[in-house]
Amino acid sequence: MNTLLEVSGVSVSFDGFRAINNLSFRIASAEMRAIIGPNGAGKTTFMDIVTGKTKPDEGRILWGEKSVSLLGLSEARIAREGVGRKFQKPTVFEDQTVQENLLMALKNKRGPFSVLLYRAKNDDLARVEAFAEEIGLADALMRKSGELSHGQKQWLEIGMLLAQEPRLLLVDEPAAGMTPAEREHTTNILVEAAKTRAVVVVEHDMEFVRRLDCKVTVLHEGSVLAEGSLDHVTANKDVVDVYLGR
Amino acid sequence: MQNSFLARNPSTLIFLAALALFTIVVTLLSEGLGMGFVSTSFVKTLGKTLCLGLVAISMDLVWGYAGILSLGHFAFFGLGGYMIGMWLMYERTRDVVVSSLADAPIPASAQELNDAIATQIFGVVGSAEFPLIWAFSDSLVLQLALVVLVPGLLALAFGWLAFRSRVAGVYLSILTQAMTLALSLYLFQNDSGLRGNNGLSGLQNLPGLTDVPQALVSLWFLWGSALALGLGYVLAAWVVSGKFGSVLRGIRDDEARVRFLGYSVESYKLVLFTGTACMAGIAGALYYPQAGIINPAEIAPIASIYLAVWVAIGGRGRIYGAVIGAVFVSLLSSWFTGGRAPNIDLGFYTIQWVDWWLVVLGLSFVLVTLFAPKGIGGLFDLISSRIMPDRHGADLGPDDGALREREARE
Ligand SMILES: Nc1ncnc2c1ncn2[C@@H]1O[C@H](COP(=O)(O)OP(=O)(O)OP(=O)(O)O)[C@@H](O)[C@H]1O
Ligand SMILES: [Mg+2]
Repeated sequence: MNTLLEVSGVSVSFDGFRAINNLSFRIASAEMRAIIGPNGAGKTTFMDIVTGKTKPDEGRILWGEKSVSLLGLSEARIAREGVGRKFQKPTVFEDQTVQENLLMALKNKRGPFSVLLYRAKNDDLARVEAFAEEIGLADALMRKSGELSHGQKQWLEIGMLLAQEPRLLLVDEPAAGMTPAEREHTTNILVEAAKTRAVVVVEHDMEFVRRLDCKVTVLHEGSVLAEGSLDHVTANKDVVDVYLGR
Repeated sequence: MQNSFLARNPSTLIFLAALALFTIVVTLLSEGLGMGFVSTSFVKTLGKTLCLGLVAISMDLVWGYAGILSLGHFAFFGLGGYMIGMWLMYERTRDVVVSSLADAPIPASAQELNDAIATQIFGVVGSAEFPLIWAFSDSLVLQLALVVLVPGLLALAFGWLAFRSRVAGVYLSILTQAMTLALSLYLFQNDSGLRGNNGLSGLQNLPGLTDVPQALVSLWFLWGSALALGLGYVLAAWVVSGKFGSVLRGIRDDEARVRFLGYSVESYKLVLFTGTACMAGIAGALYYPQAGIINPAEIAPIASIYLAVWVAIGGRGRIYGAVIGAVFVSLLSSWFTGGRAPNIDLGFYTIQWVDWWLVVLGLSFVLVTLFAPKGIGGLFDLISSRIMPDRHGADLGPDDGALREREARE
């Protein structure tokens, strides 16, 4: 099993409060992983650290076959390395159409001058259409994404994530605000994606996690409390205590 | 490709047609070539206004599209004016000096000639030598290159420092004001090499073309300004129509998100800031020969703030909005402050527009920002929604961008 991302001994404090405490985590290049934990456990902060938004106080983050360090790289550079992220609160560009959103995400050269000269060619438009199909927005390509429903925005963001063709997908609460049918579709998309790439899903909904059918990491107060199958971790006494607030 | 671009941007075609029509009508009514209804000085005012439209486009790209409220773009405009002014002043002074020395019994040496020109130009600031920065002033080609290079390099250096340290929002605006202030204070000094507060003058006289009447020269500049505005408009429309425009609007609405898509936001800002500074420089180089004079007061921080006011009133985030704002407000401004607007006698107090115009302008700026963030350009949405009532996906404008259309309508 070859490791894609290895986080070791990472800590970060906000004004003296340790949000992440000596956290270690690793994921293989084609693996699905669920992260669960109570509110404020540090799940989002963990993603902030991997994507370069938050600089850790200590620890190492190694990436890829060559084990390059992601520390010190800019957010944009890390994204270009192949780390894609979906935010907890859906963030799409509301003033732009679904197509524009997807085109912006589509894997292509990112430099200002190549983008300046870039004009969408037919195969790119076809790719965008295929992604739109996958997220059920094929009929909405020309609509402003601000007009979409909450669930559709979530999907658009998932579509943008897929369009980036990242090697690691960090997905923060993808099912929030979705109907059961939409949740199931989301599960299918994520499971499909995890066949060829690493996928990390943060989710509160245990049913959703169960359907992902993957290894689960439990975070609590910034460090890993338990790791294993969902049945294994839910049987863990510490985990039960944390969730019941004892 | 070109066809489809214009077809997809009908507003560009309409704008170009209106601009062409305007230029033709003014030419036909001018003193130089037409019926003489429009005075030469008014032709110059109109030509200058077109240049202000061009610098407003550059401001709109930076602010309306990318959300960077630069309060320094008029400094780039002024620098462009200074660069062309140096050549105009040098060449013209040289012509004058050469003809006055021609009667002398012994032909002047190159050194004597040079000294005589320097004395003519720098006498007012008590100097008789060319400063180093005038090294290229005898070459039109080089000074034209400097029109673009000097504002461009200043913007590049400034932007590199500011964007790299992620200075944004109001801090960036303050920093651009500081840059503008520093530049104008520097130029005010007599030893700045640009004649201190005297500035450069006589710029309306084209060297070697003293026989051509100003009535004609003013038309040449009108045409040049119209051409530059037209080209600048098409370029700006092209830049924002594609993915680059998407990225810019993305930066305006949520720059962190753009970063996580892999775009280096800082490089985009730098490219845009520098490019628009060059554009502002070109606009300035066309403006000041029509104004005839440039001095450091032109670069004062307030000028850049006016620029932002024009764009806000015209409607930021759409290119024609910026042009309309600049044209409308600057013409109105010169009408009010030129003493041509009739004073209003209230019995107990007489409203003198020269004093009160700024208050009116400031007030309308506040009102537009609060109640009509789309500015004058928003009126066109009303018209087009009358024609196509069920249209979806209308531009919500920079402030409402984050709102859903439905919410915005409530
Ligand atoms: N930028 C910040 N400044 C200060 N405190 C922060 C910052 N970011 C996160 N925190 C704190 O760190 C802790 C972990 O936050 P985080 O958002 O990672 O939790 P989470 O596990 O994602 O929770 P949730 O399930 O509610 O999304 C919280 O107590 C939060 O208040
Ligand atoms: Mg969270």
